[in-house]
Amino acid sequence: MELVEAIILSVLAASTPLLIAATGELVTERSGVLNLGVEGMMIVGAACGFAGAWLTGSIFIGALFGIVAGTMMSLFFALMALGLAVNQVATGLALTILGVGLSGLIGAGFVGERITPAVHLSIPGLTDIPLVGRVLFGEDAFVYFSIALLVGVWWFLYRTRAGLILRACGDNHVSAHALGYPVLRIRTLAVMFGGACAGLAGAYLPLAYTPFFIPGMTAGRGWIALALVVFSSWRPGRLVVGAYLFGAVTILQLHAQGWGVGIPSQFMSALPYLATIVVLVLLSRARSGGSTAPAALGTVFVPDR
Amino acid sequence: MRKSLLALAATLLLAGSIGAASAADKLKVGFIYLGPIGDLGWTYQHDLARQALVKELGDKIETTYLENVPEGPDAERSIEQLVRAGNKLIFTTSFGYMDPTLKVAKKYPNVHFEHATGYKRNPNMSTYSARWYQGRYIQGLIAAKMSKSGVLGYIGSFPIPEVVSGINATMLAAQTINPNIKVKIIWANTWFDPGKEADAAKALIDQGADVIMQHTDSPAAMQIASERGKLAFGQDSEMIKFGPKTQLTSILDTWGSYYIERVKAELAGTWKSEDSWGGLDSHMFAMAPYTNMPDEVKKLAEDAQAAITAGKLHPFKCPIVGQDGKPVECKGGEHLDDGQILGMNFYVKGIDDKLPGK
Repeated sequence: MELVEAIILSVLAASTPLLIAATGELVTERSGVLNLGVEGMMIVGAACGFAGAWLTGSIFIGALFGIVAGTMMSLFFALMALGLAVNQVATGLALTILGVGLSGLIGAGFVGERITPAVHLSIPGLTDIPLVGRVLFGEDAFVYFSIALLVGVWWFLYRTRAGLILRACGDNHVSAHALGYPVLRIRTLAVMFGGACAGLAGAYLPLAYTPFFIPGMTAGRGWIALALVVFSSWRPGRLVVGAYLFGAVTILQLHAQGWGVGIPSQFMSALPYLATIVVLVLLSRARSGGSTAPAALGTVFVPDR
Repeated sequence: MRKSLLALAATLLLAGSIGAASAADKLKVGFIYLGPIGDLGWTYQHDLARQALVKELGDKIETTYLENVPEGPDAERSIEQLVRAGNKLIFTTSFGYMDPTLKVAKKYPNVHFEHATGYKRNPNMSTYSARWYQGRYIQGLIAAKMSKSGVLGYIGSFPIPEVVSGINATMLAAQTINPNIKVKIIWANTWFDPGKEADAAKALIDQGADVIMQHTDSPAAMQIASERGKLAFGQDSEMIKFGPKTQLTSILDTWGSYYIERVKAELAGTWKSEDSWGGLDSHMFAMAPYTNMPDEVKKLAEDAQAAITAGKLHPFKCPIVGQDGKPVECKGGEHLDDGQILGMNFYVKGIDDKLPGK
């Protein structure tokens, strides 16, 4: 029983950065902008988040540093891809390369330093309940926030007028523009939201997951977040399934290796990717509606005045 | 206008590189690094060695390094860049630079190359590596003494001979203390992913391991062991900062004396192509102080270290029994020969796991 609880705890920790980053990118893409720079924004968020926490001693301020850093990176993207209408794919890739270099520079002075990681919730009585206690009442704030964030985004996209307008920009920017909506301004805000989430997701790594900073510590998690958005067919509900499934298979394959299940480890390492793709594709097939990609995703929009 | 600006920039760049070349009364020594110098592991240790080199021979040499050079075609360009900048001795510090280094070496016969951990050589290209399995043997002794549960946790990077020989050396040593010792092995299939290394450490501890050993590069596993109140060994570098009450010892890559020796040879004009595979006796690697253990265990470790250094104890002393229960052919007389260790692709008896790909 204790082992099951331990596994669930590890899964939640491993899935949270993916969920936060992917939620942000989902909003960005729903507005019609493809920002491939998630990995770059995340790693800068990690470096700045650690710097903030180390300088002030506060995990909360560290997280804020991460959010601000991610937002600044995304503003640079918005300036190029929306302001100057540069190709979004190229700009996003450039943002990742820039981020990797920049984070090394920012973090250089902090390598080898340690901080006290984010505290875990502890409610006497509740946290001690066997099996579910620590899972429901013993996590760090990032885990609870990531779930609240996803619910908030779902509510915004499907239950508010602003969300409808944002989706309209993503599906047909010409019509949205003709109706008088400021397409570029809305998209800029969506890009900034994506950047803030990526920065926070990056900051989660040195603030809670592995409390130190090392260049390159995101190790490709930004790319996985991007893939999750596509395979969830741009729906928040499926995104949460995808993120936790990916985390779960990642952790379970490690345990399976420890138990000595005779499957080659190389295959086991590939399993999270395979399982997530298969399940999300099946989910998309099971419900009619076909592809739900925002119709204007990745296309350049220059308003005629 | 744009064209003339470009031309100006090109001229300045050219002037810069010529300026650098004319300052070269000193011997220029170049380094190619895989990671950032701040990785706290593999590349960090190579750069510490470079700094030691500068400290020792700084008045006679000038060093340059390129960090974050990916293995592959990019490496070839970077190595050639160092040649063009006038470097006469170039250290390429990762296995994956083997073919690019060889290619550039053949193109520039007057420049000398030193490639770490590879096996291809040329009249102007040496190779060097360390017998880390000796350190793993000492760790195995300590681990078996310190483990209360009798279960060790081992995080591997890739199932390549270097890592497999480390696991075997660990277990052969551990079995001399506790014949029933168990090891749980998790392959991360990466050298560097702090999050995944932490997850692997958590999984091993959750499954009952109480001493964690790793062959991946970040201090994440050390930190998890520290958080959970278990014990662990560092890797490549001193990691005691991440687990003051956790680290038992760490295999430290100490390339400094080798680099100084090779550069001295180059300065004296006696450099020639060699294959150096140094052990504890050659200072190619060292053991971090033995900490967080009783004096009796510390003495055991120190004695083993002395015996290995003196050549009295060989981790792969025959007979070695494979997982199938059959003894392994003993090509080196008293112990396995270097070729068998460098190509090791089997587990020894007592490891109840399957080697991936077997």
